[in-house]
Amino acid sequence: MTLPLVGERVLRREDARLLTGRALFVDDVQLNGMLHVAFLRSQHAHARLVGIDATAARRRPGVVAVYTAADLGDYWQPGPLLVPPPPIPGLVFHPRTQVPLVKDKVRHLGEPIAMVVADSRYVAEDALDDIVVDLEPLGAVVDLEAALAKGAPLVHEQLASNLAAHVVQKKGDYQAAKAKAHVVVSRRFLYDRGISAAIENRAVAAQWDARAEELTVWDTTQAPIPIRNGLARMLGLLESQVRVIAPFVGGGFGPKIMMFYPEEVLVPWAARRLGRPVKWTEDRQENFTATTQERGQVHDAELAVDEHGTILGVKDVFLHDSGAYDSYGLTVPINTQCTLLGPYAVPNYYTEFTAVFTNKTLVTPVRGAGRQHGVFVMERLLDFAARELKLDRVEIRRRNYLRPGQFPFDNEIIFQDSAPLVYDSGDYAPALAQAAEMIGYERFLREEQPRLRVAGRHVGIGIVSYIEGTGIGPYEGARVTVEPGGQVRVATGVGTQGQGHFTAFAQIVGEVLGVPMERINVVTGDTREFHWGTGTFASRGAVVAGTACHAAAVAVREKIFDVASRVLDTPKDRLELVGGRVKKKGDAGSGAGIELGALAARANPLRGAVRPGSEPGLEATAYYGPDRGSTASGVHAMIVEVDPETAMVQIQRYVVVHDCGRLINPMIVEGQIQGGVAHGIGNAFYEQLIYDDTGQLQNASFMDYLLPTATDVPRVEIAHRETPSPLNPIGLKGVGEAGCIPTGAAFAQAVEDALADYRLEITEIPLSPDKLFDLLKKTRPAKRNLVVIEGSFVFQGPRPAVYALLQDPDVLGKSLPGAMRLDRTGDGRYDGLMKVGIGPVTAAEFSVSVTLSDREPPARYGMVVEGKGPFGFTRGTAQVALADAPGGATEMTYRAEVQVGGTIAGVGQRLLDSVAKRMTKQGLEALNTALTARL
Amino acid sequence: MKPAPFAYHQPASVEEALALLAAHKGGGEAKPLAGGQSLIPAMNFRLARPAVLVDLNRIAELSGIRDAADGLHIGAMTRQRAVERDPLVARRDGAPLLAEAMPFIAHPQIRNRGTIGGSLAHADPAAELPAVMVALDARFQVRGARGSRWIAAGEFFTGLFVTALDPSGGELLVEIVIPHPAARSGWAFAEVARRHGDYALAGVAAVVALDDAGRCREARIALLSVGDGPVLAKRAAKAILGEQPTPEAIREAADAAAAKDIDPPGDIHASPAYRRQLVAVLVRRVLEQAVERAGTEM
Repeated sequence: MTLPLVGERVLRREDARLLTGRALFVDDVQLNGMLHVAFLRSQHAHARLVGIDATAARRRPGVVAVYTAADLGDYWQPGPLLVPPPPIPGLVFHPRTQVPLVKDKVRHLGEPIAMVVADSRYVAEDALDDIVVDLEPLGAVVDLEAALAKGAPLVHEQLASNLAAHVVQKKGDYQAAKAKAHVVVSRRFLYDRGISAAIENRAVAAQWDARAEELTVWDTTQAPIPIRNGLARMLGLLESQVRVIAPFVGGGFGPKIMMFYPEEVLVPWAARRLGRPVKWTEDRQENFTATTQERGQVHDAELAVDEHGTILGVKDVFLHDSGAYDSYGLTVPINTQCTLLGPYAVPNYYTEFTAVFTNKTLVTPVRGAGRQHGVFVMERLLDFAARELKLDRVEIRRRNYLRPGQFPFDNEIIFQDSAPLVYDSGDYAPALAQAAEMIGYERFLREEQPRLRVAGRHVGIGIVSYIEGTGIGPYEGARVTVEPGGQVRVATGVGTQGQGHFTAFAQIVGEVLGVPMERINVVTGDTREFHWGTGTFASRGAVVAGTACHAAAVAVREKIFDVASRVLDTPKDRLELVGGRVKKKGDAGSGAGIELGALAARANPLRGAVRPGSEPGLEATAYYGPDRGSTASGVHAMIVEVDPETAMVQIQRYVVVHDCGRLINPMIVEGQIQGGVAHGIGNAFYEQLIYDDTGQLQNASFMDYLLPTATDVPRVEIAHRETPSPLNPIGLKGVGEAGCIPTGAAFAQAVEDALADYRLEITEIPLSPDKLFDLLKKTRPAKRNLVVIEGSFVFQGPRPAVYALLQDPDVLGKSLPGAMRLDRTGDGRYDGLMKVGIGPVTAAEFSVSVTLSDREPPARYGMVVEGKGPFGFTRGTAQVALADAPGGATEMTYRAEVQVGGTIAGVGQRLLDSVAKRMTKQGLEALNTALTARL
Repeated sequence: MKPAPFAYHQPASVEEALALLAAHKGGGEAKPLAGGQSLIPAMNFRLARPAVLVDLNRIAELSGIRDAADGLHIGAMTRQRAVERDPLVARRDGAPLLAEAMPFIAHPQIRNRGTIGGSLAHADPAAELPAVMVALDARFQVRGARGSRWIAAGEFFTGLFVTALDPSGGELLVEIVIPHPAARSGWAFAEVARRHGDYALAGVAAVVALDDAGRCREARIALLSVGDGPVLAKRAAKAILGEQPTPEAIREAADAAAAKDIDPPGDIHASPAYRRQLVAVLVRRVLEQAVERAGTEM
């Protein structure tokens, strides 16, 4: 009889260390003589690198080295293509991968241009100011549709356009299905994601041991083994000379599977070159542009149904934002295509996407990895079809579910592992019924909602479903060792970022070996301990590495029985493992049989022979490489209340019925779901990366990039259903990403339901109160990319005099607040210096240039003002027109657009409008005073 | 995100602090450090690069809350959390509007460090305290090398992050005095923020007083996050002064606030039109509550 450990709510064994601050994170690594790194990062999204001068930085006391692309020599290489495109006929794919330091052209905000190594991070950051970089800004590619327009600036000039990939997948004949449809609903959907916002940013520390000729690298990666292998190749070392440790990592969520980040390439290289340990820890400001993100897709989708709401077919054509490089291949949009079909029987499907290069940070998977985009489209289409057919939202879903007899079910659309997704098992209708029951769906619609509506309150309910392909290959491995002290050591290659591996893997091994949890020691993420494997991603750790742990434990159990059979002189089938001992079945008492540690010592004798065909010790290594993944599923339901006067939404209840096969530890699964839902709520209502037309990220801090907090996320009510996977011995399916996948769809449905009397449609996620306000007022959302200042001003003087004076550098200088001097440098060109500071921002000198254009005296002219200073840069374009006003006065009307870049753009956006208005007002008043004095 | 180098001083008295500020006067080179909840992040972004920090945290005389005949006196360095929890402030004859607004300021951790005077002198247009002080008609004592002077809250906030303090940086806000509430007065505070503790998209602090006939004889309605600083909604007040505060009169005042008292900025979180709508809704709700409170006996 074995201990029942799998399925138990065992407390997480890693938590004591994590909660008391004793867990090692990369930034905790402190070594003698350690140097610290800061990167000079581009403040432009798209710019040609004309020149760079680091002389002054190199001279600063405390600076040890400054590296630019030129200093890297042959070490400068574009990164690898991580995921080759899947075998789809007609597929177009242009791989372009990231570079360690910018050589010729900047392609996204935050791309590193130079690396400073110094005695401290403070000095390294001081030295960044010393580097003189000449960047010539280029037109930025930001909007997906504009990116594909003729004449758009090119992110990669060697390509004919910004098209990164084009993929068509289909099954059946959608057009024929559409011809037979009773109702076809067709909409445009926007679905945007954001940053992963792990609590720990990225970090890399490296030490070269010249005597041992060994490189040790501590890295927050989700994939320590591929990092080791790649670093060895890049640095010309044996794989065994490189040890990569991914210690405790404070959240991964996808971006930490990306490799090789420039910092990962450069920090180990610098450590070896300088012969001193080197560390770089990403700060939150860097994280917003230097760590990969997931972003938006634009879908034009339609759904064809018959009069009963039965799905006849789906057509979806979408654009996908790749960012500046597509190193991660097509994983995200392929997941979108495949996962859109969900738990539904869709006989005819046409799906086509175009991936687009933009001047934005790279897009790679973030928890959900494109699945939520597809789920949103499908679930919304079902909602709209149900409305047209006057069908209940739960009913239209129930009618279209795959039936239990249809598994395994091939959905025929290629998934991220390059093979069509085959659903291994599932039982969807009972999960839907259970979720509806838990949230009180029918009673809510029948009683609660009408009652509250009478009281003037707007409450609504949403209920949606999804599937998630999990647990894909290629493989993971594990080694299980019984130590002579009786402890069992489990080593696996996957790193851990909070998933509870130390507990879950111990439960699996403990159950097989009949060893109590406290005697099992799990080690992960250290290539010295285990160096075969890929990494922790795609909801696969528990399924793939967990199954490998299981296989290794089963192999060790066999060895235990082999050895014990001889030692105890008992046939193997008469032995059992209980409480860390192996004994004859039926033998009672705590001293029966032999303790596993003692048996391990017997299996590794100092004298005598290890028999031919056997191995010393009680140890086994095993691998698990699934041909295909297992498919989890679930239903989310929520109740919201909306205040239509303020456009604020409150989530009142959230129910999840989830099926990830057999549970290893329900408590850990619940943690994953609760956390995933929090991520999903952030995606639905709070988090969005907002870029302006020049590729500046306008909310590059947690002040404006809004993560949901404890007050915004309800306690999630969770029920588990266990439909075991037939693909692995425990019956596991993955769960890491599940919680955040259908949240946006459920939120949109619930808010729409709450506001039924406003008859609005939500086709865009994230929603925000501001966007909801526009929907409620049926106003076109204002474009707020740029600060626009417009107005008029009356000067007390005649038009020609006003016009002439407005071109006078002395007068013009006065219109620029803080101008210290302004000189005419050519016809209509002026250069100067201004000193500007606002509130907490220390006054700093900006070089400024003014160019006048389209001059039509005395009627109108245009003006471009460009400023550049320590906090960033600004560019204002103005049109000015003069007209005669009564009493010999002149009325000036003006419209100016102001763009801002750099730190101010990222963290100061809430003040830009006010600052621009104030400076305009000050400038105009100063002008008028100057004019009055002259006239 | 490490600050640029700076010199650091820790004076023990206001005189010493003023002498240090005077020594570095001009060009804004020296900055007084109060709770540091705005200044330190700005320094870490290297947006603020003061050459010298004059830390006021060791000056005991700047902290404390006491009641006097002319009102409630609050030292400028009193922690926001202390103000929030002080029974004198919460009393109906103290400054209940202030007590009601305090929990809206950021988060408890920030209020533990942040000071009342630091927030007022910083004059962030989205901050709660400036609007509350304007609504309460508070007075501020400031001290400089040339002595001390009093400034009314309504005259203290002169622009975006700009106050009536000596622009060369030689003056300190040392004390806030909040007059006792008038008879038959009521108060309310409300704001809309994306998440609790965020910079509000819009907010309203209001005090109203009724006469014996139940007509509105005083209304001070201050708006936040819709202008360069706290905005005293004079048109809104005018619409309701001398009137019975009926729902119609209140709605008229609220609409006046939104339409006439403000020219709100737009940003990524709220358009000017959305801010106007929020002001209309919040002024209405706040006035309704303030009037109701004014109508109940003290």
